[in-house]
Amino acid sequence: MSKIGSSNPVIKWIDHRLPVFTFMQHELHEYPTPKNLNYFWNFGSLAGIILVTMIVTGIVLSMHYTAHVDYAFDSVERIMRDVNYGWLIRYVHMNGASAFFVVVFIHIFRGLYYGSYKAPRELLWMLGVVILLLMMATAFLGYVLPWGQMSFWGATVITNLFSAIPFVGEPIVTWLWGGFSVDNATLNRFFSLHFLLPFVIVGVVVLHIVALHTHGSNNPVGISIKNNDDQIPFHPYYTIKDLFGLGVFLVVFSWFVFYAPNYLGHPDNYIQADPLQTPPHIVPEWYFLPFYAILRSITFDILFLEAKLLGVIAMFASIAILFILPWLDRSPVRSARFRPVYRQFFWILVIDCVILGIVGANSPDDPVFSGAKWFQYIHLGMISTAYYFFHFLILLPLLSIFEKTNPLPTSINEPVLGGGKATAMAAAKPMEKA
Amino acid sequence: MADSTGDKAVSQKENVETRRDFLMLATGAFGAFGMGAAIWPLIDQMNPAADTLAASTAEVNLKPIQVGQRVVIKWRGKPVFITRRSKAQIEDARKVSLTSLVDPERDEDRVKKPEWLIVVGVCTHLGCIPLGSKQGEKQGEYRGWFCPCHGSHYDTSGRIRKGPAPKNLSVPQYTFVSENVVKIG
Ligand code: HEM
Ligand code: FES
Repeated sequence: MSKIGSSNPVIKWIDHRLPVFTFMQHELHEYPTPKNLNYFWNFGSLAGIILVTMIVTGIVLSMHYTAHVDYAFDSVERIMRDVNYGWLIRYVHMNGASAFFVVVFIHIFRGLYYGSYKAPRELLWMLGVVILLLMMATAFLGYVLPWGQMSFWGATVITNLFSAIPFVGEPIVTWLWGGFSVDNATLNRFFSLHFLLPFVIVGVVVLHIVALHTHGSNNPVGISIKNNDDQIPFHPYYTIKDLFGLGVFLVVFSWFVFYAPNYLGHPDNYIQADPLQTPPHIVPEWYFLPFYAILRSITFDILFLEAKLLGVIAMFASIAILFILPWLDRSPVRSARFRPVYRQFFWILVIDCVILGIVGANSPDDPVFSGAKWFQYIHLGMISTAYYFFHFLILLPLLSIFEKTNPLPTSINEPVLGGGKATAMAAAKPMEKA
Repeated sequence: MADSTGDKAVSQKENVETRRDFLMLATGAFGAFGMGAAIWPLIDQMNPAADTLAASTAEVNLKPIQVGQRVVIKWRGKPVFITRRSKAQIEDARKVSLTSLVDPERDEDRVKKPEWLIVVGVCTHLGCIPLGSKQGEKQGEYRGWFCPCHGSHYDTSGRIRKGPAPKNLSVPQYTFVSENVVKIG
């Protein structure tokens, strides 16, 4: 049972009763990892490290934070000015939220590019989408806590979305608020839930990793490990690679924390919440902008469904669609390296999402180009929203049928040692090789 | 003979099965009801508490308000717009035909006294506070209120005329306690 190699009697004694060392050895040394992983495979461990950082800084912040409408804003200012290193801890937490989304978005697009959502990793992927949803909820709740103008009005606009639900909408909103507007009861429960959800995320991350370790990592060529030549142990090879990536990340992150801590934030959130005064432009945090653009792009009723409700449905559908992605894309080839057409549409999707983000940051009825007044952000938003759904619902199923994929290498080892192009050719025309 | 005993065995077995099924179902239903009863307080605690409900009326002295003037008071944590409408404003609100309205409602049904328009100052789109109550603020194309968030225009009866908001500004419950005092809520 205990397979631990150590001769240390204490370690052996413990491992015999609680096999934590066997477990670690298994995960780090015996866990087979494809030997061709590139730097896009760093972002999973980075996300994990940020999650831990958020929990540590969050717990420290809550030692000084007061969840009451009369004190919340001042308590955050006190953290910034009076608490020892409070400014640092808050700036790490604040920019950590942004970093978390940058890293997770890259992690998700990595999955889209290399087909990591395909069999046998569908549940792994779906758990990831659950984590994204939980992160969004957590970040939304956290942003309300400093009780600035954007906190208050962001909370008002987003909770009001639920009033679009027919019949039960209004009671649900009152229930969420615990009153008749966003107020003290709302702030208190948001703090409670903001504290709770990250630990729920930890739970789902554990499931995510269990699912990952069941079939192992996908890799840039997207074919499965066939024999020993294809794999290397996680430690020390990928622990070192991940640590190097962490170093690079920390350089960028520190630059934000120390030199531009408020660059990604909105200045209005340093004005205390005023329930009687709406700021001229309510914009969400940058990581919500594409979803906000989709929400606002539906301005027309369809049959008996109101535009407001349809916008909410479209926004949630833009994420929900990721749950069924493994069944929309039926192409047997995982990696976009061997899918010449999909590869191009992948990049168009990336651009589409960036455009949605830009639309979300602008007023719907401002012109996109100063030269063409008739073309407003609302129109650009409609087009890019339509394209987003077109990509997943129409393009991917069609591509899985009609795309002619390139030949796959015979093993992971082959392109690593032989150089990608030559081997692909060799695989395609075995006769000419001789 | 053999047949009849066989039948008996079968029917006995069936009897036992249905008895079990019934017990299972009854237990399950009882358990589900108990669970529901235990969970309900956990859900209902999030609804407005008694003190929040108790603080949900506001009395306003109308005397200082001039003709044509608008004031904003806070009720249940949100603004209420009180307008002492001029003759022209009332006329404006009453001459439009119902068919041209997004959310058709007669002005007569939205006020208790034509002079006093009392509406909740929360945009029915996503909850911003429309501009137009203070002097010099944009009042929109229908000279009521204008919501800057996504561009909704309200008229002098607080009805939605243009923009993404689906409904008219809502009219809170209110009573005139005396000639010059109104109780909202
Ligand atoms: C998934 C992990 C988390 C995310 C994405 C997140 C996100 C955020 C965001 C965006 C803010 C607003 C920052 C600002 O503008 O000031 C915030 C504030 C806050 N968070 Fe978190 N958070 C996370 C975990 C936690 C945890 C685990 C705790 C407590 C145990 C916590 C406690 C707080 C407190 C007390 C504040 C208010 C102080 C402040 O505004 O800086 N957070 N969080
Ligand atoms: S909240 Fe008023 S127009 Fe959207």
